[in-house]
Amino acid sequence: MSTRALLPALAGLCLALPAPVNAASTPGPSAPPLVWGGDAEGGAPYVEADPADPTRVRGFDVEVAETIARGLGRTARFQQVQFQSIDASVERGDFDIGLSGVEDTPARRAEHAVTIPYFEFREVLAVRSGDLARFRTLADLKGRRVGTLAGTIAYDTLLARRASDGLEVVSYDDDVHPYTDLAEGRLDAVLLDNIIAARSLRRVPGLAVEPEAVSTGRYVGVLARRNATLRDRIDAILRQAMRDGTLEAIYRRWNIWDDSEKAFLEREGASVPAAPAPAPLGAPAASPWAATARYIPALLAAAGVTLVLTCLAMALAVAVGCGIAVGRIYGGRWLAALLAGYVELVRGTPVLLQLFVLYYGLAAVIRLPAFAAALLGLGLNYAAYESEIYRGALLAVSRPQLEAARTLGLSEWLIFRLVRGPQALRLALAPMTNDFVALLKDSSLVSVITVVELTKETAIFATNIGSWVIPGILCAALYLALSLPLSRLARRLERRWSIA
Amino acid sequence: MSDLLAITGLRLSRGQREVLRGLSFSVRRGELVALMGLSGSGKTTALRCVAALEAFDAGTIALESCSLSPGPVPPESRLRDLRRCVGMVFQLHALFEHLTAIENVTLSPIYVHGLPAAQARSRGTSLLDSLGVGARTSAYPRELSGGEAQRVAIARALAVDPPLLLMDEPTASLDPARRGALTETLRELVAEGRGLLVATHDVDFAREAADRIVVLAEGSVAEEGSPAAVLANPSHQATRDLLQYRPPPNK
Repeated sequence: MSTRALLPALAGLCLALPAPVNAASTPGPSAPPLVWGGDAEGGAPYVEADPADPTRVRGFDVEVAETIARGLGRTARFQQVQFQSIDASVERGDFDIGLSGVEDTPARRAEHAVTIPYFEFREVLAVRSGDLARFRTLADLKGRRVGTLAGTIAYDTLLARRASDGLEVVSYDDDVHPYTDLAEGRLDAVLLDNIIAARSLRRVPGLAVEPEAVSTGRYVGVLARRNATLRDRIDAILRQAMRDGTLEAIYRRWNIWDDSEKAFLEREGASVPAAPAPAPLGAPAASPWAATARYIPALLAAAGVTLVLTCLAMALAVAVGCGIAVGRIYGGRWLAALLAGYVELVRGTPVLLQLFVLYYGLAAVIRLPAFAAALLGLGLNYAAYESEIYRGALLAVSRPQLEAARTLGLSEWLIFRLVRGPQALRLALAPMTNDFVALLKDSSLVSVITVVELTKETAIFATNIGSWVIPGILCAALYLALSLPLSRLARRLERRWSIA
Repeated sequence: MSDLLAITGLRLSRGQREVLRGLSFSVRRGELVALMGLSGSGKTTALRCVAALEAFDAGTIALESCSLSPGPVPPESRLRDLRRCVGMVFQLHALFEHLTAIENVTLSPIYVHGLPAAQARSRGTSLLDSLGVGARTSAYPRELSGGEAQRVAIARALAVDPPLLLMDEPTASLDPARRGALTETLRELVAEGRGLLVATHDVDFAREAADRIVVLAEGSVAEEGSPAAVLANPSHQATRDLLQYRPPPNK
């Protein structure tokens, strides 16, 4: 059901040949395969790479997809897609149906053709075993840090109770790290689907799940809005599978079968096609404009986080970058080699990886707060690039300038402070501005370590209203509002300092 | 009169090439010595050795209160005396591009010699005044003409009043009228009791400005004497070559 969001779903773009969908076509051996989209990073029991043959996937969503394909007289073909992109990807025709623990929400129903629910889950609270008696409900978690996966019903539930229950909500891009962070004490509870909680409890020792569910939700298949006819046929196939025990057999195989699921399938299988869909969980679908008005304060606050993070990280990058450049030029051979090694290591590996290592990898040694890890990760990464700019600029100051300073009796330090440094700064200004603007945008990467900044907030907003148009425009406008004044300031300084 | 600068047996090699081969000559107070020779004869290298910008292999450079010996250039902390008694004007001025004329001039007095800023400023201003660029104190180097920049560079080198002033090709970027003015300025500095060592291949300038001419050829002294004697009656082929040579006209 989740993703680590490490890679954009580029794979989806490669498969720009959606199977033509025609409800009237006669199923036969020549029928095109049913292409279904899911995120194998979400793992078992939803969709995971088959350990026996990693080119294939397995999981209960895989089997539900195969059941549907069989009912349509077609074969099922899996298409990898990033979890958060399933809705957008199905609408642009990358695949016929998205099935990957996709939740039934009002926004999704308003924007896409959604099947009847095929599975009911419970949102449950996971806590450290010692806290089992303390944190029974959300109300017990006043002022505590509660984590969940961004863009889910659980996230919306937590946000809604943030004000009333005084919770501190921490959003994740994946469903593994909330539980490891819980075990390490970074969080006090995690609210997520019972399937995910049960799976995580097997992996992470020292955790327990509160028996009382916070709420229930349902998984659905999502199709492009224009594919309502196919959706209706799939609904009929799902109902049949509920009645004839096919789904029960699948759920039993994957160990997600219990009495409440039995009751749910009986209820749902007996429903008639004309019956109105049960009101799903979550806030009622509002008009995009009303939703936009509601989200603007959150977007502004997130823009503030982006700005503060960028400025602090740049300050750190400049300070460390200066140190590295000076060390490489003035320092001994060993120091220069050491610093050159640092620069190559940092420039040669992805900043995303560095953020993961800083935040999760080092957690056993030092438990950095998310913002501090983000600041350090971006700052130390950009320091490598800044140091190369400064080194180049320092080396570009002409020899006669330095010799003239020596003949005046200036010490090495005074030459650096009064002549070489100031001249290098003027040369470095343009590339520095460039890096500042790049950093402003790279700061969006820190959402992988739970810092909600402008891009993340926009993604949450877009998921909530089921469209990227308004959130995208607002987000772009905010980034421009942050970067344009900066470029102007830099241009003005450049003009003032220009060396003829 | 005692020697302000005495160079004895100076040798310097760059790789296989011997740039200076036992160079010896001296400069006295109140004397302008023109160090002449064609390109590659070692003029600039000799100046750089005296200014402790370049190491040499053998010989000595003795000044009134200090001296330099062969081997690596000593750290700046051990060159305080030398810096106090030797000023240098570079060929293309090498003014600090990010500082105004007066800031260029007051840098050393304030930061090296600890003079109060106001005092350094007023002395710098009168120095620029005396060199005829008093009106340009707050101009940046890029805003100065070639002649003005050279005067500011002279002022910068004279700011802490060194008895010996080194100049590298001061006429290279000057038109004839400016060259006359420069000669006048330099004669005034000599009249104040300074010693000037000027590397040049400009024969006309040397004839007008110098008290003595030292002609270099392949890293050692070919001949020396008064301008009248050396230029009117050259005894060495290097001097004759020099007299033949006419620099390309200025743009």
